[in-house]
Amino acid sequence: MTTSTTIPRRLSYRFSWVGIIGLAIILFWAVIAFLAPHIIPYPVGEIVDEDYFGPMSSKLLLGSDYLGRDMLSRIIMGARYTVGISLAAVCLACFTGGALGMAAAVIGGWFDTVLSRFLDALNSIPSKLSGLVIAAAVGSSLSVLIVMLGVIYIPGAYRFARSLAVNINTMDYITVARTRGEGISYVVFSEILPNIIGPLLADFGIRFVFIVLLLSGLSFLGLGVQPPYADWGALVHENIGGLPFGAPAVIVPSLAIASLTISVNLLIDNLPKKIRDRSA
Amino acid sequence: MQNLVEIRDLKVEATTDAGRRIEIIKGVDLEIAPGEIVALIGESGSGKTTIALTVMGYARPGCRISAGTVTVAGKNMVALSEGQRAKMRGLEVSYVPQSAAAAFNPAKRIIDQVIEVTRIHKLMSPAEAKEKAIALFKALSLPDSDGIGNRYPHQVSGGQLQRLAAAMALISDPKLVIFDEPTTALDVTTQIEVLRAFKAVMKKSGIAGVYVSHDLAVVAQIADRIVVLRGGEVQEVGTTAELLAGAKHPYTRELLSAFEPKARGESVAAPESRPLLQVNGLIAGYGPLQADGLPLVKAVQEASLVLERGRNLGIIGESGCGKSTLARSIAGILPASAGNLTLDGHELARSARQRSREQLRELQIVFQHADTSLNPAKSIEEILGRPLKFYHGMKGKARDARVDELLDMVRLPKALRSRTPAELSGGQKQRVNFARALAAEPKLIVCDEITSALDTVVAAAVIDLLKEMQRELSLSYIFISHDLSVVEAICDEIVVMYNGRKVEEITPAISKVPQHPYSKLLFSSVPKLDPGWLDRLERDPELVKTYVQG
Repeated sequence: MTTSTTIPRRLSYRFSWVGIIGLAIILFWAVIAFLAPHIIPYPVGEIVDEDYFGPMSSKLLLGSDYLGRDMLSRIIMGARYTVGISLAAVCLACFTGGALGMAAAVIGGWFDTVLSRFLDALNSIPSKLSGLVIAAAVGSSLSVLIVMLGVIYIPGAYRFARSLAVNINTMDYITVARTRGEGISYVVFSEILPNIIGPLLADFGIRFVFIVLLLSGLSFLGLGVQPPYADWGALVHENIGGLPFGAPAVIVPSLAIASLTISVNLLIDNLPKKIRDRSA
Repeated sequence: MQNLVEIRDLKVEATTDAGRRIEIIKGVDLEIAPGEIVALIGESGSGKTTIALTVMGYARPGCRISAGTVTVAGKNMVALSEGQRAKMRGLEVSYVPQSAAAAFNPAKRIIDQVIEVTRIHKLMSPAEAKEKAIALFKALSLPDSDGIGNRYPHQVSGGQLQRLAAAMALISDPKLVIFDEPTTALDVTTQIEVLRAFKAVMKKSGIAGVYVSHDLAVVAQIADRIVVLRGGEVQEVGTTAELLAGAKHPYTRELLSAFEPKARGESVAAPESRPLLQVNGLIAGYGPLQADGLPLVKAVQEASLVLERGRNLGIIGESGCGKSTLARSIAGILPASAGNLTLDGHELARSARQRSREQLRELQIVFQHADTSLNPAKSIEEILGRPLKFYHGMKGKARDARVDELLDMVRLPKALRSRTPAELSGGQKQRVNFARALAAEPKLIVCDEITSALDTVVAAAVIDLLKEMQRELSLSYIFISHDLSVVEAICDEIVVMYNGRKVEEITPAISKVPQHPYSKLLFSSVPKLDPGWLDRLERDPELVKTYVQG
């Protein structure tokens, strides 16, 4: 009885190439965002081109914007804001919403009812509208943006986590844990969470995309990141005048938004699957 | 005479997650004569349903018929195109599923679903089909045969629905009907009605049948020939009488021996007369509380029990009699509305939330479905380790050693500790489930139908384990079951429940004969291995009318 041998589990993962492409693009943008100040060829606010809406050239790889600033540098710095703010906001939304949702499912009763109705009320305000109101009322700093985007997406994350947790909560092993005398936090984090972590991660990814799009939308309206800095949405907005000229300044930030949101979706639809071969 | 069905060297492959192929049916030969009922019997995973489905040319998703021929009425189902098979299905071969409740569409009237086959195959006009359906309802001795078809599936009982599913299969006058465990989900008293109806209709119209079951006693009543399967291979074939009288294969004998009345073995520890658990006038139920402080639907009405230390109490009754509710009230999961509970001389709070940790530790409950009572996301080690840490504060090496001990106690290899529940068999899961209760070192374990989901042979092994644990650890059990033979094997006292009330208390050691009419009906409804049992069984029609809703 003293020797306890652990048999190595037969574990392997299957990861489809579509998911790998998605992951590669996300990692690419993450690295860009992280290294941004070190790799930009020109300072973000500096006018380097005599022409505005300049074409792609060997000097300015992605052309210049409406003031003649280097587009490549602006997109690289924009990645910081778009990826950074969205990530912070989605973490806030999913952690808070997820924890509240699971707790509501486990506790039930008036706690569940009050919280659900309150968050439903919050949910009933259109996200763009509440974003506009808050940004107009308290101004638009980075921290305000993060908290605002997070709060807007808490009700969705809450609903999702709650509906998953309600199903798990009826399982006998939850009853067993409760008759053992376990507390709420143990039931939520040790019994329920491991069973719904997959769908919750998928939800995390989708919500990240929503937030990128909402942030881009707000910036496009001039309520997001303020000049001279700009996230991708703001870049599209300020260069919208280049559309008739077919300027890369308006197309490239749009492509950047598309590439990030699509690759996140590709990844979460093709998360690595754990293969456990029972009969082996 | 030419055989209706001839299966030759049938092999079925399944593909695992990792893409590996496993042979699940390893070369089976089988023939069925017209009008003959052949039973496929074996434990879960033996391939009995897989074989039965191949008769319709069907393999479940992930499976594939890889070799062999299945000839039905001269046509090889394996070689036919999907369209040709569709023509055969429902017309020549039809299927009665295990759970009729899940097989009926809840949004459509029963009659429309029963005659759907005639519409698909354009056999007859809807009016003719309805007439025929009503005739079948009569033949299957369904009550109100004219009107029952106009009801929705939730408006009839489980036993009736199972017979209606049979009517659906029989309406096209098939040559062969596949019954996939059609009575497994039914109560014993209902099962008899359904079996009788099936048997009468099949004999009358000379339809051949494949009867899939794990219950040898049920099969003995209805089958002409029995095929015993294990691990995708035929172990033994014989006529019912031959097989029951002189089984040759060791596995068949094991199956048979599970039916022999087991010696209970006198309780080793001299029973002390100090009561361990006392239940007085317990009332529990569901729904909003009424003016008198009692729930709207009372599932348990004034139940009183006394369990002495070191002895076992069995509670039997059919589905809906309140036995599981009683167990839940004792465990505090569903707080009782009235009555009091005393464990080992101390008053227990009605709700588990108000009980002390020590009280919770002393009374453990084990649920019927090991599948849902073990967290699929955790390893066996974590599942067993948690109560050790929670109740006894064990950590690290001491806990590891104790987990090994527990696995050893329930006869599981230590190698299983890193696996997840999904990687265990049904019997192994139930052992882990039980080991978790043992980890708390309780005085009393409430076992809620813990053997019902298991195969006969496995269930017998689990019962043996329970007895052994009792001898070693001086435990007491409350054993809840609908299966009389299981309860008789382990319990010192048996309480019969009907409609929320305790109707009788029997002490098997003193008298095995029940007095109350319902107990008599229940005891007499348990199928015996004797093939003539069903035909000879006579039941008082008045009694059946009073107590059987099937």
